Amino acid sequence: MNQIHIKQGRIIDPANSIDRTGCVYIADGKIISVTNEPAGFKPDIVIDAYNQIVCPGFIDLSTRLREPGQSRKATFKSETIAAASGGITTLCLQPDTIPVIDTPAIAELIKDLAEKAQYPQIYPIAALTQKLEGTELSSMLSLKQAGCIAVGNASQPVKNLLVLRRAMEYAASHDLLLMFRSNDYWLGNNGCAHEGAFATRYGLPSIPDAAETIALAQCLELAELTGCRVHFGQLSCKRSVIKIHQAKKYGLNVCADVAMHQLHLTENDIAPFDSAYHVLPPLRTEADKQYLRQGLAGGALDSICSDHQPHDIDAKLGAFPETEPGISALETVLPLMLKLVAQQVITLEQGIAALSNNPAQILRLKSGALTPGFPADVCVFDPELDWQVNSENWQSQGNNTPFWGQILKGRATHTLQAGKIIYCLKQ
Amino acid sequence: MPDNLQLNSEGKLKHFLTIEGLSRRLLTEILDTADSFIGMTGQQVKKVPLLRGKTIVNLFFENSTRTRTTFELAAKRLSADVLSMSMSTSSTSKGESLLDTIRNLEAMFVDMFVVRHAISGAAHFIAQHTAPNISVINAGDGQHAHPTQAMLDMFTIRQIKQDFANLRVAIIGDILHSRVARSEIQALNTLGAAEVRVIAPKTLLPAHVESLGVSVSHNLTDGLADIDVIIMLRLQKERMSSALLPSESEYFKCFGLTEDKLKLAKPGAIVMHPGPINRGVEIDSKVADGPQSVILKQVSNGIAIRMAIMAMAMQKQGASG
Repeated sequence: MNQIHIKQGRIIDPANSIDRTGCVYIADGKIISVTNEPAGFKPDIVIDAYNQIVCPGFIDLSTRLREPGQSRKATFKSETIAAASGGITTLCLQPDTIPVIDTPAIAELIKDLAEKAQYPQIYPIAALTQKLEGTELSSMLSLKQAGCIAVGNASQPVKNLLVLRRAMEYAASHDLLLMFRSNDYWLGNNGCAHEGAFATRYGLPSIPDAAETIALAQCLELAELTGCRVHFGQLSCKRSVIKIHQAKKYGLNVCADVAMHQLHLTENDIAPFDSAYHVLPPLRTEADKQYLRQGLAGGALDSICSDHQPHDIDAKLGAFPETEPGISALETVLPLMLKLVAQQVITLEQGIAALSNNPAQILRLKSGALTPGFPADVCVFDPELDWQVNSENWQSQGNNTPFWGQILKGRATHTLQAGKIIYCLKQ
Repeated sequence: MPDNLQLNSEGKLKHFLTIEGLSRRLLTEILDTADSFIGMTGQQVKKVPLLRGKTIVNLFFENSTRTRTTFELAAKRLSADVLSMSMSTSSTSKGESLLDTIRNLEAMFVDMFVVRHAISGAAHFIAQHTAPNISVINAGDGQHAHPTQAMLDMFTIRQIKQDFANLRVAIIGDILHSRVARSEIQALNTLGAAEVRVIAPKTLLPAHVESLGVSVSHNLTDGLADIDVIIMLRLQKERMSSALLPSESEYFKCFGLTEDKLKLAKPGAIVMHPGPINRGVEIDSKVADGPQSVILKQVSNGIAIRMAIMAMAMQKQGASG
C-alpha cells in the first residue's frame, strides 16, 4: 500500500502534546512516525504542508446523512464528500433514519452505504427503543455487534423514566454509551424558538431552557443509579453547562458536546423570521452562548459536534414555525472552530482536541490522534485561506446554512481517512 | 434591520406587516389619512377612486368575519376589484404549499394580498417571496401581529381621547396568544402613551413580557387604578383544555370586566374589545353594551383605517425589491 509523506507542516496533536513543525509518515493506512523519518521510507505521495496545520481528522458525534429514507434531502455520496472537504474523517449517524436504526439489518445497510460511498468510517448510533417510540427496548447487543457505536433516541422522547432507567441499565450491562438529547417533550410544547424576549416579541411558540435542564437533571440521576455511561449531546444553555460541570466534579461518568452553531449564534439572529436559523434545541440568549463558550474552554463540555442536518429547499420555505429545523454544517465546522480561536475563546489545541481526540475518547475509538499505529486519519488545513460559502465551494446537497454567502477563514486542503486521500482541495 | 421590508427606498409604506420598526410619524400619517376618509357628517365613509383598476386578493387561511368584511368594504370604497378567498377550504387543504398558492395568484396579475394566517411569520414570508410590485397587508399572523386592528384601535382612542401623551392603557386577558396585544403594545409605545399595563394571570402572559415595554399586574382590582383605556381580549375556549385556566367562571370572577370593576378605572375610561366578544367570560353584557363601550365604533373605524393603509401601500412608486 501507499506510503505518504506529509511534509513540513505545523503538527498539532493534542493527545500526544505535540505542537511543532515537522513531517508525518504514513504507511499501510497507519501513522508510522511523526517528525522522525523511518528508515527506508520511500513515499509514493508527498503532501507539501508548508504553512499549513496537520492534525488528526475530525470526528463528528451527531450527523444526519438523510439516507436511507430521505435521499431527496441528501445522500451518503453528497454528504461524505462534504465531510471529507471539511476535514472530517469519522461520522456518528443519528438513528432517526427511515426506517429507524433499530435492527442489525439497518445497521448493516448503513455500513454498506458507507462502503459504497468510499467513506467507511461511518458509525450508526442504535435506537435506544424500538422505532424510537420510547416504549420497548431495542436489541442493543445485536445492534452493537452489527457495528453500532452507541445507543440513543435521537430527538424522540422516552415514554417515562422507568423505561429510560431500564434502557440505561440494559445499555450499561453491555457497556454501551448512551448518547442523550436532553429535552422534556411536554415542556418543549412543540416550540420553535427560545422562550424569552425574542419569542415573546415575535409571537413564536417557545421552548424554555428548563425543558433541557430538567431532562438533563433526570438523566444525571439515572446515570448514577444505573452506572450507565452517558454523553449529553447538543446542549444549548447556561444551566446545562453548570449541571454537567457539577456532575463531573461529583465524579459521574458523563461527558457532553455542543453544536458548533450554538457557540456563534443567538435567538436575535432569527429576526424577523429567518428559517435558516431554525434549529432544535433553539438558539438561546447571548448569556447562554457565552456560558457554552466558557464551558468549552473550561472543560465542562468535551467536544463540538456539527449537528449536520441537510435539507431540501422546500423544507426551509415557509412561515418560520412550519419550516424544518436544522443546519447543513459539516463544511463550516473547521472555520467556525478557528473563529473561536481567533476570538480567544479557546486555544487552537483545545479546538482541535474538541473535534478529534475528545470525541475519540468518548467513543473509545483508536483515532483522533497521530499516535504511531493509529489509522492515518489526518486533516491538513490552511488556517489563513479565505473562502466564500457559495454553490461553487459547497459540497453538501443541503444549502441550508445561515453562513451562506459569508467569507470564512480556514479550509482543509487534504483529508486522509485510514491513509487514503479522500479529499484534496483544487487550487 | 428586521422590518425595512415594509418600507420602500423612499421610506414609504410598501407592505404593512407589523407595527415594529414604523415611526411615530408614519403611524400618525395613517391615522390622519383615515380621518380624511371619514365624511364631515358623522361616520360615513365616502367612495373614492384611488385604487381603480387595481386587484386586491383577501387570502384568509384562518376564519374571520369582521376583519375580512371590513377589508372587503375598504377595498370597494377605494374602487379596487376585490376577491376574497377562504383558503382553509381551498387548495392548501389539498397539500399545495403556501408559496405555490401565492405564485398561482401572482400569475393572475394581483396588486395586493391581504393575508390572514394561523402561523406567526406567514405574512413576512409572503412579502419576502412575492413579486416586487405586489404589496402585502398582514390581517393577522399566528400570535405575532395584527397591525390593522392595532391601528383602528389607535384611531378610536384618538377620536375620543385626542392625545396619547397622558394615557394609561390596560390590556386585559390572554396576552400570551394575542397578536392584537403585541401590535397594540408596539403602537401605543410608539405613539407615546404614558403607560401600557397588561393584566392577566401568569399562565396567559408570555415570558419576559416586560421586555415589550409594559407594566404587569396579575390582579384586575388593583390593575385598573388610573386607567383611561381598557382593552379586553377574547378568551378562547381551548385555554381551559390546555391547563392554562381552571374554568370560565373562575376567569370571569378574577378578570371579567363588570360594572363594579369598571368603576375602579378613571371616570370616563373607555372600554374596547377587538371581538368577537365572549359575554359573561371576559366581559359582562352591561359593560359591553354600556355607555363607556366603544366596541362598535371600533368596527366602523376598521373600514377607514384599512382604506388608509391600503391606499398608502399602493402609492409605492420607486418601490424597492
